[in-house]
Amino acid sequence: MNWGWIGSNAGLIGTRVLEHVGLSVPPIILGFLLSIPLGYAASRSKAARSVLLTLGNIAYTIPSLALLVLVPIIVGASILNPANVVIGLTVYAVALMVRASADAFSSVPRDVAGSATAVGFSPAQRFIAVELPLAGPVLLAGVRVVSVSTVSLVSVGALIGVDNLGSFFLDAFQRSFFTEAMVGIVAVLFVAAVFDVIITTVGRVLMPWNRRPSASRRTSRVLTA
Amino acid sequence: MIEFRDVTKRFPDGTLAVDDFSLVIPSRQITVLVGSSGSGKTTLMRMINRMVDATSGAVEIDGVNVSTIEPVKLRRSIGYVMQNSGLLPHRRVVDNIATVPILNGTPKAQARERALQLMDTVGLDRSLAERYPAQLSGGQQQRVGVARGLAMDPNILLMDEPFSAVDPIVRDELQQEVLRLQAELARTIVFVSHDIDEAFLLGDQVVVLERGGHIVQKGAPVDILANPATEFVATFIGADRGRRRLVVSDTARPESGDDRVLVDSGGYPVGLISARDGQLAIGSPTPKSRSVSNKTDQAGDA
Amino acid sequence: MILLQALAFILDGQNWVSGPRILYQLGVTLSISAISVLIVVVIATPIGIAIGHTGRGRGVAILLSNVTRALPTLGLLSILIVLIGVNATPVAIVLVLLGIPPMLAGVYAGIESVNRSTIDAARAMGMTEGQIIGRVEIPLAAPLIVGGLRATTLQIVATTTVASAFAFGGFGLYLIKGLNTADYVQMAAGAILVTALCLLIDGLLAVVQRLVAPRGVPRDGADSASPKPRARASRSRATATVSPLQEGMQS
Repeated sequence: MNWGWIGSNAGLIGTRVLEHVGLSVPPIILGFLLSIPLGYAASRSKAARSVLLTLGNIAYTIPSLALLVLVPIIVGASILNPANVVIGLTVYAVALMVRASADAFSSVPRDVAGSATAVGFSPAQRFIAVELPLAGPVLLAGVRVVSVSTVSLVSVGALIGVDNLGSFFLDAFQRSFFTEAMVGIVAVLFVAAVFDVIITTVGRVLMPWNRRPSASRRTSRVLTA
Repeated sequence: MIEFRDVTKRFPDGTLAVDDFSLVIPSRQITVLVGSSGSGKTTLMRMINRMVDATSGAVEIDGVNVSTIEPVKLRRSIGYVMQNSGLLPHRRVVDNIATVPILNGTPKAQARERALQLMDTVGLDRSLAERYPAQLSGGQQQRVGVARGLAMDPNILLMDEPFSAVDPIVRDELQQEVLRLQAELARTIVFVSHDIDEAFLLGDQVVVLERGGHIVQKGAPVDILANPATEFVATFIGADRGRRRLVVSDTARPESGDDRVLVDSGGYPVGLISARDGQLAIGSPTPKSRSVSNKTDQAGDA
Repeated sequence: MILLQALAFILDGQNWVSGPRILYQLGVTLSISAISVLIVVVIATPIGIAIGHTGRGRGVAILLSNVTRALPTLGLLSILIVLIGVNATPVAIVLVLLGIPPMLAGVYAGIESVNRSTIDAARAMGMTEGQIIGRVEIPLAAPLIVGGLRATTLQIVATTTVASAFAFGGFGLYLIKGLNTADYVQMAAGAILVTALCLLIDGLLAVVQRLVAPRGVPRDGADSASPKPRARASRSRATATVSPLQEGMQS
């Protein structure tokens, strides 16, 4: 390790981290927001479920580099536009998240939702007050997966010339410079870890009833399932 | 004969499932272990085929300590029927029944032929042989389970609440089937149940268990009914109330005049009793055990 | 427009054998992928069976898959190439590392999804542990195991594209070369080729997955007739296994 390099490039590292964060946050939030109505629809109708999940699977099957290249060609943007990375990764985020979201809403016990209707909730009230909170833990697990994989995938954007922490990897390869690659990896893991802490904290604040050890076990199961 | 000698079972998590349990289970009879959940009844039964190993004490089959027998070999010699049948979902009915004989090296054709015969024995139509378990009703699945338990022609058959998940009508049918089979085959059957009616119906010997495998009372159903050992047993069998506490009512059956209506403790009618000339019929035959009654009757005839 | 030109590029038979040599790059992609998948299967299957059968070591497997999900492929490749040099070895190491978690998860989730009472019954009737694994657990887990194989294979083929950035062959080469020379037709052609390859492999393995499904078992899980609480958990896991969630990190 060349510690000197780290010291003299602290400013650059900081810039790359900010670029990386800037590219990661929009796909995570957009993916989450878009997946809620889609996942809800998938949990309500078998046909919607099979169509949405199949589309999600297909989108997810496209290798990321290919997707990042195809997005500008399809939407007609410049190939070096950072928006390509955001759009491409949003597609992945939705593809990943829609299944988690469908599972989350399907996991709401029928009788609980039914009894909410029975005591006079309107469909909208029922969604906000009953189904969304009960789907929360599984949604949270899904967002955590999306967050980690998005942060990791952003680095591929460096290959199409959009600067972020991934740029260190290409530079390290060209210069055969171990330290730079190592800094990049550690920084990516760091960003992913910070995001995860933020997401779980938000989840804990919004879902105080979920602070049981059994809930975290369920969460981790969904994470790998 | 199966004998439990001072058997204790403590699970790794510290639960004391069975505490110093001793019991003799006679051959060629049905012994029912009955108790609420947590009474250790299933644990006790699973010690017989070493699905559970005792922490201390010994379980013996005909004088041989089961811990000296290799578990796989032991289990293949003992029939086992469980709740939800436990059939292999990816094998056809006939192959499910033939599983153990094939494991033991019986040629496949022969094992399947025997399986078909067993389907006759347990009252399953042979046309079901090529179906998969999921294509059968719950009652049919349990019959397949019984047939599989009998496949190696075992002397001992363990039945773990086999009928608790089927509906009451089918359950009645299956219970009668067990009695019919036992009359024919006369095996040593250990039957676990939480249903006292089932225990009284099937058991030659009924063992009422409390938490930790403590025997509260054991004996023939008639003895337990006539003389419940404790308040717990009396409550458990419902002797002090409900439909086992019967009273002869004033009402006579109009046509015959001789029969009186019996009512339960709530005053609801449950049956009739012969009362020729207003006298209750005392001294009718001693109650017998249903599982052996056919056999003794036949023996008497011979 | 570019897409049409890209299709023409692909459909031009000459390009398959000379110039960009599509056939050769296909061979490179498939051979490194096949070797890596094979290594993953050999490593992950027995471990997955052991985890699924004993229920032990699950935590470690989850941790492993979460960490590899977070590791950037590009970073891993650059580090290994800097350390080892530009050849097939660092690429294969990365492909195997990334391929193990989905395979492992498919195998152990598959084995775990088998109804506990079915296994209990198999043991009670005198099957040895080996027979339980071979005759009960693996046949019933087969669709989920192939699901794991499917996820692993896609992961690996997709990652070869990224490996092309480091002067390794494969379809990704068209993407990188096209980018450097502003040849968007070649780029699009590369993207289409690798996407088509992935969809084709995915489709083939989906068929295999259907073929290995045990007959007689309702499709949504290995345990239809069980009212036990476990069944619910395992069923949801079963349906989730072919999902992207389990595929871990894309490349």
